[in-house]
Amino acid sequence: MNNLIRSSVRCLRASTAAYVSRQPAGHVSFTSARFLCAATDMQQTLGEMVKKDKVVVFIKGTPAQPMCGFSNAVVQILRMHGVDNYAAYNVLDDQDLRQGIKEFSNWPTIPQVYLNSEFVGGCDILLQMHQSGDLVEELNKMGIRSALVEAEKESK
Amino acid sequence: MLGRVLLCARPVSTTLPALTRPLTHSTPHMDPGLGGRPVETAIRTKLAGALEPEHLEVHNESHMHAVPPGSESHFRVLVVSPRFDGLSLIQRHRLVNEALREELSSCVHALAIQAKTPAQWGSNPSVAKSPPCMGGSKGDHSVDQKLTAGRE
Repeated sequence: MNNLIRSSVRCLRASTAAYVSRQPAGHVSFTSARFLCAATDMQQTLGEMVKKDKVVVFIKGTPAQPMCGFSNAVVQILRMHGVDNYAAYNVLDDQDLRQGIKEFSNWPTIPQVYLNSEFVGGCDILLQMHQSGDLVEELNKMGIRSALVEAEKESK
Repeated sequence: MLGRVLLCARPVSTTLPALTRPLTHSTPHMDPGLGGRPVETAIRTKLAGALEPEHLEVHNESHMHAVPPGSESHFRVLVVSPRFDGLSLIQRHRLVNEALREELSSCVHALAIQAKTPAQWGSNPSVAKSPPCMGGSKGDHSVDQKLTAGRE
């Protein structure tokens, strides 16, 4: 299997604070400034991550070893369609990533699926798209031929 | 035709389980009474208020996951509402998420959603079934925090 599994991205946090918050007494809080910078960096990094690959998923665990039934369902659906080459980020490895992606997508739960840089939804939506045939169509638009289309042709 | 697209292209060791079950109104776990289910009650109330559903089911599925008995952390909801007419799946789910924003940011760790229009419900009155737990909630600090929030 040519699964391109990327381990969770370590956000490169700027060591110097670009934004500094001032407490009412005038005391500068460097901790909060670092946190704010890190959060902004994460959002920017996530923006790049979802664009880098056609199919991007944020799951618990890895495609080889999912740690959640809903994340596993996403992995299995992609497998059924023969989508081998996708980016899978394990949110259990990085709490900042886990929180960051929820803010980035404005979506409260994991797993999260991005197709062609666009947020598609979670496990429920991907499953419905799979059942309705919409997923085959979306993959096709992205230049990915679903294995299920091939299987259907062969059975005819 | 659609039945065939569900077949695996090649053998896999784990298959996608059948994810529909006959319509049922009963929840499989013990019913401690409405007073003992504050989160479920809140979910029901908020969804009813926000989406004015023709049909609403709220299932506490926490017992299916690696969390202590009596938890209210994992839910499945089925909402049938004319408000969903003309909306994409993601738009519908975002409406549900928005209605339950407070619960999702505090005690609810997982929320499975089915959002149907009355016409869709009429032609297919079935509740999907959640996939089996793979134990990820056990030892998960985020889940522990949510369980604590749920108990307070």
